[in-house]
Amino acid sequence: MATETLTIGKALNTGLRRALENDPKVIIMGEDVGKLGGVFRITDGLQKDFGDQRVIDTPLAESGIIGTAVGLAIRGYRPVCEIQFDGFVYPAYDQIVSQVAKMHYRSRGKLNIPMVIRIPFGGGIGAVEHHSESPEAYFAHTAGLKVVSCANPQDAYVMIQQAIASDDPIVFLEPKRRYWEKGQVDLDAPLSDAYPLHSARVVRPGADVTVLAYGPMVRTCLEAATAAAEDGRELEVIDLRSLSPLDLTAAYESVKRTGRAVVVHEAPSNIGLGAELAARITEECFYSLESPVLRVTGFDTPYPAARVEEEYLPDLDRVLDAVDRTFGW
Amino acid sequence: MAKGDPGGTTRSRRAAPRSRKGTAGDPELVQLLTPEGERIDSVTGPDGTEYRVDFTDEEYRGLYRDLVLVRKLDAEATALQRQGELGIWASLLGQEAAQVGSGRALRTQDMAFPTYREHGVLYCRGIDPIMPLGLFRGVDQGGWDPNEFKFNMYTIVIGAQTLHATGYAMGITMDGKTGTDDGEAVIAYFGDGATSQGDVNEAFVWAGVFNSPMVFFCQNNQYAISEPLERQTRIPLYQRAAGFGFPGVRVDGNDVLATYAVTRTALDNARHGQGPSLIEAYTYRMGAHTTSDDPTRYRIASEVEAWQAKDPIARVKAFLEKQKIADADFFAEIDEQARRESVHLRERVLAMPDPEPVTMFDHVYPNGSPLLDEQRAQFNSYMESFEGSAH
Repeated sequence: MATETLTIGKALNTGLRRALENDPKVIIMGEDVGKLGGVFRITDGLQKDFGDQRVIDTPLAESGIIGTAVGLAIRGYRPVCEIQFDGFVYPAYDQIVSQVAKMHYRSRGKLNIPMVIRIPFGGGIGAVEHHSESPEAYFAHTAGLKVVSCANPQDAYVMIQQAIASDDPIVFLEPKRRYWEKGQVDLDAPLSDAYPLHSARVVRPGADVTVLAYGPMVRTCLEAATAAAEDGRELEVIDLRSLSPLDLTAAYESVKRTGRAVVVHEAPSNIGLGAELAARITEECFYSLESPVLRVTGFDTPYPAARVEEEYLPDLDRVLDAVDRTFGW
Repeated sequence: MAKGDPGGTTRSRRAAPRSRKGTAGDPELVQLLTPEGERIDSVTGPDGTEYRVDFTDEEYRGLYRDLVLVRKLDAEATALQRQGELGIWASLLGQEAAQVGSGRALRTQDMAFPTYREHGVLYCRGIDPIMPLGLFRGVDQGGWDPNEFKFNMYTIVIGAQTLHATGYAMGITMDGKTGTDDGEAVIAYFGDGATSQGDVNEAFVWAGVFNSPMVFFCQNNQYAISEPLERQTRIPLYQRAAGFGFPGVRVDGNDVLATYAVTRTALDNARHGQGPSLIEAYTYRMGAHTTSDDPTRYRIASEVEAWQAKDPIARVKAFLEKQKIADADFFAEIDEQARRESVHLRERVLAMPDPEPVTMFDHVYPNGSPLLDEQRAQFNSYMESFEGSAH
């Protein structure tokens, strides 16, 4: 078994390389994805090895990227589109919501748009405005799209390949501040045996409180679990991985045991993923709950200036504070 | 005209040997058949391209048949809407020549990306005119495979399809399907209003940069619902192409011959690897934007009358009569065929079943979704709870 230590960024790069090798219809398109390898270098070296017909530097217009990718998909290609930053996806929003998401439905199943839209998302990198946003709820709210997020190098490597191989249009959210974090990646395990793309996973078992997170917040929650353990409280951390559709089987089972649930995401709380999770957990686990489902999220402000983002973003202490509050009911 | 590719190689014996640059009224307008039915042998476009058509008598009669049938079927759809059988209808009245001319210029291997008004192009592709009526009746939202018919589903969002067309054309290049006579090309339909959309301008940028094998076919019907052309542009639309680095030409969109010639040339240039071009088919929407619209609120009768005099069908009929290419029996036969086909269309629209409500859950995703499975099951059991009751 060839296991290597890779960063999340390199794992994505390696997964994209595999996808390009395995299917000649896979193409990568986006701004600066060619010679530069993308502003985060996720496509580093791919144009050199696969040519500029398969790794395409596009004009600087996001609606154009997604709209032309729709046409390429109709033609039989499998476009993997990179949106440079979360805050730049909005010009493409119409194409994503009105075209990508609905083509299969409108054609009564006769046409697939097997597109992956990669978006580095979330804050924590000290960026200027529009570079730190968490737009997942917009896409998870849209029928016809699937939305996933990876939180570690192994998942990054496998999930990007699964997303590309899927005939569903998938918004693939990459936790940009975690791009440089390292982990073991099994490069040889066949994709067909891999953990299912749209399944959540318990990443740390625990008996006292269920903590649900995805993307960049998974690590934050794991750190919180370590700290809580020192105080004698066992947090069960679930990496949701798939935001649409949600897989809550493990969450329901967990909450029925713990009686307490905390949802953590960077996106603002109002009408967000946390609200949906709270509602569904409440419906399913009503008689097991010892406290309401609590949310730890970004605030309902525009993403603030970088010098205060540490206070905006959920961190270990805010997660632990919510955990404490679930014992206060 | 037979389905597929009209050869157009045999020049009509009766074509008047005249040639000119543009028309007297508008030197930029490519025209091969005047509103009076006078044939112009060849016309030189603004970039020096010479346009001509060489049709057989049979092909001329075929074009006339197309125009009449397309108008009749459109009128039938309007009537069906007025009788409550369609929810809405976007009539092509007045734009028959732009659609038949460009539609017949497509070769079998070419791909078309329509708006929601290209019923005439659809007809010329050999597609059953019933196909888009499910959308307007409200029983589906298209429901066909674009690749099966080489004709994308109708696109309601203004201009969005021009990007799809451009991407598809990029795929043709990537597949190595240009540079020969049997190369492939794409035509993207849109209107004057769409030229203000970002997507259309992005499509122009993309097509230029990637030298995409495609034709941007703008039917300038003078109005975007109520807004006149002056609200969309301060230069003639075809001139926009220059800024994007490819040729643009304005054709008399009420002249089926000129529209055919200009489109065929542009498509063939594209399939031979010469890149994109823009055609502005200068025409007029004789009817309302859709059946929900009231054009008397924003345009005057004299304007409509002036365009009535440029009717796309009357001029072909005048030409056929003058040149004795068709006689009264032929015109009667076409009218009878149009009547039969519209009756047939009506019967089939009335017979269209409503979809089963539970089918709304189908085809959201190729791979399905547990959320939808759950909602479908809940919906079914909810509906079943009414069985045996008054509902």
